[in-house]
This record gives sequence, C-alpha cells and structure tokens, in this order.
Amino acid sequence: MNCLIIKRKGFYTNRFEYVLKSGWGIMDFELTAEQKMIVETAAEIAHDYGPEYWREKDKNHEFPEDFWKSLAEAGFPGIVIPEKYGGGGMGMFEMLLAMETLVSEGCGLAGEWFLCLSSVFGGLSITKHGNDAQKEKYLPRIAKGMEFCLALTEPDAGTNTLNIKTLAVEDGNDYVVNGQKIFISGADRAKGMLLVTRTTPLEKAPKRTLGLTLFLVDLPNPAVEIIPIEKHGINYSKTFEVYISDLRVPRESVLGEVDKGWYLLLDTLNPERMSFSAAACGLGLLAIKKAVEYAKERKVFEAPIGAHQAIQFPLAEAKAKIEAARLLNYKAAWLFDRGQECGAEANMAKVAAVEAGTEAVYHAMQTFGGYGYAVEYDVERWWREVNLIRLAPVTHQMALAFIGQHVLGLPKSY
Amino acid sequence: MDIIVCVKHVPETAEAELKIDASGKTIEKTGLVFDINEWDDYALEEAVRIKEKFSGTVTAITVGPEDSDSTLRKCLARGADKAIRLTDLKFTNSDAYATAKILYSIIKNLHFDLILTGAQAGDDGSAVVGPVLAGLLGVPHATMVKKIEFGEGKAVVNRELEGGLEERLEVKLPAVFTVQTGINEPRYVSIMGIRKAMQKEIRVMGLADIGLNESEVGEAGSWLKIEKLYVPPVEKQAEFLQGSPDEIATKIIEILKSRGLV
Ligand SMILES: Cc1cc2nc3c(=O)[nH]c(=O)nc-3n(C[C@H](O)[C@H](O)[C@H](O)COP(=O)(O)OP(=O)(O)OC[C@H]3O[C@@H](n4cnc5c(N)ncnc54)[C@H](O)[C@@H]3O)c2cc1C
Repeated sequence: MNCLIIKRKGFYTNRFEYVLKSGWGIMDFELTAEQKMIVETAAEIAHDYGPEYWREKDKNHEFPEDFWKSLAEAGFPGIVIPEKYGGGGMGMFEMLLAMETLVSEGCGLAGEWFLCLSSVFGGLSITKHGNDAQKEKYLPRIAKGMEFCLALTEPDAGTNTLNIKTLAVEDGNDYVVNGQKIFISGADRAKGMLLVTRTTPLEKAPKRTLGLTLFLVDLPNPAVEIIPIEKHGINYSKTFEVYISDLRVPRESVLGEVDKGWYLLLDTLNPERMSFSAAACGLGLLAIKKAVEYAKERKVFEAPIGAHQAIQFPLAEAKAKIEAARLLNYKAAWLFDRGQECGAEANMAKVAAVEAGTEAVYHAMQTFGGYGYAVEYDVERWWREVNLIRLAPVTHQMALAFIGQHVLGLPKSY
Repeated sequence: MDIIVCVKHVPETAEAELKIDASGKTIEKTGLVFDINEWDDYALEEAVRIKEKFSGTVTAITVGPEDSDSTLRKCLARGADKAIRLTDLKFTNSDAYATAKILYSIIKNLHFDLILTGAQAGDDGSAVVGPVLAGLLGVPHATMVKKIEFGEGKAVVNRELEGGLEERLEVKLPAVFTVQTGINEPRYVSIMGIRKAMQKEIRVMGLADIGLNESEVGEAGSWLKIEKLYVPPVEKQAEFLQGSPDEIATKIIEILKSRGLV
C-alpha cells in the first residue's frame, strides 16, 4: 500500500513547498512515440464511431456493442493494467490521452464513460490494491473488455461517502452484505462490481474514515437487484438503483484490508475525477470544433456569424480555459502515476475542466442558434452529457470544498 | 511465409486545404498530418493476416525521411516483425523508378516469398513502384489485387478491373502484388501492439549502405522530373443548345458522335 497517497494532512503550507513538490523545472510537453500512437489510434476509432453513431445509440437507448468491441480489440481497457496480465502497463496519463481523444474526436462522453467504468473502477483499483489471486482472476478479462461497475453512492449518504450504511457482517468465512445503492452505472452488464460497504458502522468506528471495506463482487447475482433510473443523457448506458439483500461474499473477495477501504478508494476516486475532467475538456473541444465549422459557414447578415465577437470571443475564451484545465489534469495524472499525492491537482483540474467544458458547450449551442436545439446537430446531446460532470463523480461544490479546506487551509465548510 | 511490405509515409491531402510551395513543384507540407499511405495500410494488414495463417515474418520497408518512423512504428504495432527505413538526402526527388531501385537494392538481399505494396500512393498516385520493383527483381507481379489465396509455390489473386469486372490470375511465387483498398478491414493499432513496437528496432540505412551510387538515385537517377505542380484553373465550358426539342436532340447526337462517345 502506498501511504504517500493517503496522506491528507498538511497539504501545502507554503508556496515554495508547492512549487518544489510539484516537480516544476523538468517540464517536457513532447509526447513519446508510444503516447502519440495511442492518440492516433484513439482518433481513428473515434472517427469510425462519430456523432451520428452516438445520436442513434442515445436515441434508441442502446448499448454500443461494436464500439466497445473495437475498443477492447485495440486493448484500450487494458491501458492501465500491467503487461503481465495482458495490459499495456501504462498509467493514468496515457489513459487520459486516450479518453480525451476519443471524446473530442467524435464519441462525446461515451469516449470516457465505458473506460472509466471498466478500467478505472475495475482495472486500476485491482491493479493498485488487488492480491495476486484477484489480479489473476480479473485483470486479463478486464483488459479484454470485461465490464465493471462501482457501487459507492447511497440514497441517504450522497456526497457524504463516509456516511454509507450498506453493512457487511462477518459470517464464518464469508461476509453477508445488506444495503441500498443508487446511481450505479453499468450494473446491468457488468460482470464485476467494486462494492463499498461498512464493516464497522460509523458510530462504532474509532475514526470516521475507518470501518469501510471494499469487495469485489461477481455479477449477476440473485442477491443484487437492480432498477434502472431514467436520466437526462448518456442513454446508451444505464444507471441503476441497487438493492442488496443477504449477498454472501467470500473473505477472499475483500479488496485490500478490512476497515481500511476509504484510503484505498482514493486511488479509484482521484483517477475517476481525472477521467471526467478529461471528458469535460474533450466535450468542450468537440463542441467548439463543431461550432467553429458552423460559424465559418453560417451567414444571416453580411458576414459569417463567426466574424462577430459575440460569437467568437466566448468560444475563444472557453478554448483557452480548456487548454489550461487539460494541463492541470495531466499534472494530476503525472503525480498519480508516480505514486504521489494528487488530490489537490485532481480536484482543481475537475473544477477548471467542468467550468471550461460546460462554458464551451453552452456557447457552442448558442452559436448554432435554433439548430443547437435540434438533435441532428449533436450539441444538445453534448450539453446533456457535460451537465453530468458538475454533479458527478464529485459535485462541483464538493470539489471546491476540498480545495478550500485542503489546498487553502480554510476551515472545513461542511 | 516471409513477406515484405513497402510502405510510404504520406500527407493526408484528401480533406486538407492545399497550397503549392515556393518551388512550384510540390505542396506546402507544414500543418499537414502525415500517416501511412491508405493503400499500404491494407497491404500491411493483408501481410499480417497471411503471417497469422501460415506463420513467417513481415518486414516493413520505407524510403523516406526520419519522420517516416511513425509509419513504420505503426506497422510494427500492427504485427510487422521488422522495419527498415531507407533515408538519405540523396534520395530526395526520386521518381517511382529511382524509388524502386532503392527498394530493390535492399530487398534483393532479403529472403521473401511475397512482396506487397499499395496499389498507389495517396500523394503522387504514380502506381508503378510495385511493378518496377518486380521488374528489377525479375519476379511476376499483379496490380490492383483484391483477394489473395495460396497454392503450392503459387498464389491465385483477384484483380479489380474497370466496370465492376474482376480478373483471377495464377501467379508463381515469389511475386509482387499491389493491393487495392477494401481487400480487408485493417485492424486498429492495439495498446499491446504499441508496447511491442517500442521494443522492436527500426533499421536505418543510407546510400552508402545499399550499394548504389549518387547517379542512380534522386533526381539524377530518375527518368521523370516534375516540371510544375499547379491547381488547374477553373474553366466553364457550358454550351446552351437552342431550338425545339427535336432540333436540340439532333444537335446532342451530333456532338456525341463528333466526340466519339456513341
Ligand atoms: C448519471 C449518473 C451516474 C452515476 N454513476 C455512479 C456510479 O456508477 N457509481 C456511484 O457510486 N455513483 C454514481 N453516481 C452518483 C454520483 O456520484 C452522486 O450523484 C454524486 O456524488 C452526488 O451525490 P448526491 O446525488 O447524493 O447529491 P447530494 O449529496 O444529495 O448533494 C446535493 C447537492 O448539495 C450539495 N451539497 C451537499 N452537501 C454540501 C456541503 N456540505 N457543502 C456544499 N454543498 C453541498 C452537493 O454538492 C449537491 O449540489 C452517478 C450519478 C449520476 C447522476
């Protein structure tokens, strides 16, 4: 276990410490030949599964079977999985490059979504904290496209993760789990679930952050009932209420240590945050590109609409903000890949990316005028997609609260 | 089966806004995206499929500048075992004949059962490097190949002809085939493939290594010289025919006949 990552106190007490720790001075923005090839392949896949494809999938509420098959054949779910288990043995940085490119070159949020569910929730969590048997069991399959999901959120805990009630009780060599989860994406297709429970209820835990335990659960399982939640967008993937009644899981399926789950979970939640920041940036870039093409062509008075500052400047501003957010997000991944504390960067990147991405899609829609509201022009779908990222995986407010408390050292605001 | 695939690193020009450069003989390359020539992509895929079926090796060879490494790496990532880049300033402005000579000078020393190239390159579209190479090697060739099957010491190939026709040929091996797009569906480069590609070496050779002299390559060794590259002026050549429908029909027939079209 890497204790550096879980250090949550004493973030940056002074400016110099921040600069020193951040490894500035060895900057190199050149991608390696390997990374360039990832980007090129991602772009190629995204061009084969462009906006029209997703328009249909979203409209028909249909899982993108062939897209996922192509991604799996190209080994994308295995980017972060060690070579020994059939993956690429690369890091979150490479994963972000892949996600961002898939999203911005035409897939929209889907370019990130499925990889996050399978590779980050499953692949990365197990790579980081699984034992040999768990790695043997899951990683080669995830690298080939086995789907996964994360069951963390609960109706009565929400953003307050430590308040979860799902309880796992020891029974012989097993644990018996009961509880309720909500907004669990991909639970219908997933063959594995990273389930977050309490083994010690909050009131009995010596510390709020103690008493959580992570389980790797094989799905489907009759003790796990799922009910779909109709939602605003991302209709090519379903999200569920999950009811867990007397689910029996063997002791071997505990990921990491009993009662210490919270500390491990950060190694899933930070990369999840980075993934969604990449998605926000990618969506912004995609929408801007489409808006720019349109703004060059569309003429209603003499000049094309793109000649007007009212159209041009908001797009330019969003573009500048996206590029800044991308760099911060890359830095978060860079720190994570080196086993360093990355919470500050991951949350700051999330805040910057959501604002920039949302602004970009908003103004892209404005650029299209009435056509922005027509399904055929795709922007309305990207708007529905980007809207998720201020709510999940961490709400915008909670990301700000993290920065206020842990980066600025202000009193806890919640 | 040992297969050699000749590939070219070319700018993607189909959708780009092209400008002629100051020399007036080539296009402005800055800002253009370079990638493996589309036809070569199919040739490489076909080679890898044949290797997967019959075992053997695939060697990708290119004549081009250092940047061509990205195309060779792509070939390695997709399943080629070896890659050779032939690079020398003296090779600049080689026509198809000189390029074929450069390829020949290295290929003649390698073992091969089959050589595949793209039917043409997206940048100059000359479509003759393959046939000239076959000529130099003294082996048979087939162009515009859409399907390849193997028999004892021979291959049976389908060639795409105009008008939707296909021709089936039996060809003695070793041979050179120039491959038409659509012969297969090229796979994506895979993450594992990328990893493997980084561990494989790209052999780089120049004029001195291949036993040719300066006069045999580049402009000096070429039979063709580009005089000028230009965008043809847009011309409007519409003729409005006047008269009654019968008169117009008669005129149309006359025009078609006079141009040998009917
Ligand atoms: C489409 C979708 C897919 C999802 N997929 C998954 C999944 O696969 N797995 C999973 O586990 N979860 C998933 N989630 C859940 C998601 O992570 C949560 O919805 C999110 O964390 C917010 O929790 P909540 O909805 O309960 O909001 P609440 O916690 O109820 O918050 C409501 C609002 O109040 C604000 N708020 C609350 N407390 C404070 C405070 N102290 N200070 C300031 N503001 C505060 C919040 O920021 C938010 O704006 C998904 C959600 C959606 C919408």
